[in-house]
Amino acid sequence: MSTIHKNWQGAAKLIDPTTPMRWGAFYVAEFRIRGMLKWAAAIVAFGLGNPVMYLLSIGVGIGAMVNNSQGSHGIDGVPYLTFLAPALLATAAIQGAMDEVTFPTIEGFVWTKMFYSINNTAISSKQIVDGVMLSAMARCVLQVMLYELILVAFGALPLASLPILTLASLLAGWGFAAVMLSVTVFIKDDDGFFAIVGRFILTPMFMFSGTYFPLAALPIWLQWIGWVSPVWHATDLGRALSYGHKVEPWLLVVHVVYLAAIGVVGMATAYPQFKKRLAE
Amino acid sequence: MPKTKAKVTDDSSPELMIVAKGLTKTYGDFVAVDGINFEVKKGEAFGLLGPNGAGKSTTMKMIASTSQRSGGELTILGKDPNQHGPEIRAHLGVVPQQDNLDRELKVWENLMTYGRFFGLKSAWLKTKIDELLEFAQLEDKRNVKTEELSGGMKRRLTIARGLVNEPEILMLDEPTTGLDPQARHILWDRLFRLKEVGVTLVITTHYMDEAEQLCDRLVVMDKGKIMAEGSPAELIKTYSSKEVLEVRFGSDNNKTMAKQLKGIGDRLEILPDRILVYTEDGEAALKKILAAGMHPITSLVRRSSLEDVFLRLTGRTLVD
Repeated sequence: MSTIHKNWQGAAKLIDPTTPMRWGAFYVAEFRIRGMLKWAAAIVAFGLGNPVMYLLSIGVGIGAMVNNSQGSHGIDGVPYLTFLAPALLATAAIQGAMDEVTFPTIEGFVWTKMFYSINNTAISSKQIVDGVMLSAMARCVLQVMLYELILVAFGALPLASLPILTLASLLAGWGFAAVMLSVTVFIKDDDGFFAIVGRFILTPMFMFSGTYFPLAALPIWLQWIGWVSPVWHATDLGRALSYGHKVEPWLLVVHVVYLAAIGVVGMATAYPQFKKRLAE
Repeated sequence: MPKTKAKVTDDSSPELMIVAKGLTKTYGDFVAVDGINFEVKKGEAFGLLGPNGAGKSTTMKMIASTSQRSGGELTILGKDPNQHGPEIRAHLGVVPQQDNLDRELKVWENLMTYGRFFGLKSAWLKTKIDELLEFAQLEDKRNVKTEELSGGMKRRLTIARGLVNEPEILMLDEPTTGLDPQARHILWDRLFRLKEVGVTLVITTHYMDEAEQLCDRLVVMDKGKIMAEGSPAELIKTYSSKEVLEVRFGSDNNKTMAKQLKGIGDRLEILPDRILVYTEDGEAALKKILAAGMHPITSLVRRSSLEDVFLRLTGRTLVD
């Protein structure tokens, strides 16, 4: 008789359902992070390499030209690098959080169908959503801190602004990740989805959000892209928090409320859709 | 449900793990499960037998408490899954039809993370994983990524994973599909032994030999309904004869020869490639056929199986 039979106690004795019912979201996050750790080297290399690349090419290269023509404090009253840094940080937070909700969700429903086997345990659909989001936020924090490390080293961010900037970046990452979560749950099996979203939504979102130049520099008929883009709201907020970029108080409130609102709407859509799809 | 409860506490009858009354599942206009009734007792191996689309998997999902019923009553471990899904699921083991393992995690990590979903401690799981790997004969694959496993190994790992919480009810959806004959027999033996420690098994299969080997009792399903219920032996006794004589006259001739065979055996079943003669004595029936001057290309006498039961009940073979 094999040991499994000898040592058998039975679930009635072994498992207290209240434990997973309370901590399930963390177990899902633990599972996701275990998966992410397989790519830890890539995540860190990307997290460090990307800001260095942007800072050297756009920040330093283009910055030199901008500073030559506009003066060393010619953009928004600060050097180009200082102007650029909060935008890079917001972009990184959003990108990092987004990657860890979209791919895992398609994987969980379509590629490996792991979500269905998680749902066969005491874990509820809501806990799966929360767990995926938690792990995405863990990745987001890491990404943001790596960026901050590099940006501070280049003298592009004031040290004192880091705590509040980290919080603002996390809010932006969470808000957009929630939206992407609520969209990804509808995808049946199309690998081309990311290509379409990437080209027609994400690229314009990053290009027309005042990342590399003030949004006001665009003609008014292009500025609306920025107004609906979480990247612009996060960038503008970040600039205010970083170097004191002048923003009307009401607009500051709009930035925070907008990012929080898309997060709330995203989560509120994701929860029932996950439940529905897992019951199929 | 006071009725069920009275039964459970009654010392003379064994504990009821699953009770379904008029259980129904519809998807729009389509009725996948059509008002079925059954009970499963503790320590029993209960089978759902039927062709693809019979409603077996849908029934399994409702028992697994992940898919809500459209109508009727369902009680699992004394609880209503619509109200207490997570609590019930905490004590179930589910082996889905399709192996849904994490591809990037190693074999042991798949077992570890799955055990964590039940709130089990990592230290306890370390010893459990050794047991599970032994059970699944995967000791030497412990550190291999699951995407590198063969189909049979993945199947065994998925089954082992379903045991990590030492479930009271283990649900197996087509458990041995993709396994070689030797691995199937070893698995049957090990599943059988789980019953000895009190595990209740619920199995769907379209393999007759599997149902006969594993199931104490089974229901035959077709088009969302239960056609018959009983132990494999009872079902065969009720719905078929003791022996079956299979004769082949060539595809084109079977139909015309069938007319001449009338009167031989209790009943005939004409399939595209062969004729089945249901009889108490197959050899005697064959002698009669030969004596009547008919010469089948091949002939075979065998015992009746669940396949014959299914054919009788539905007019169709199980594996189309």
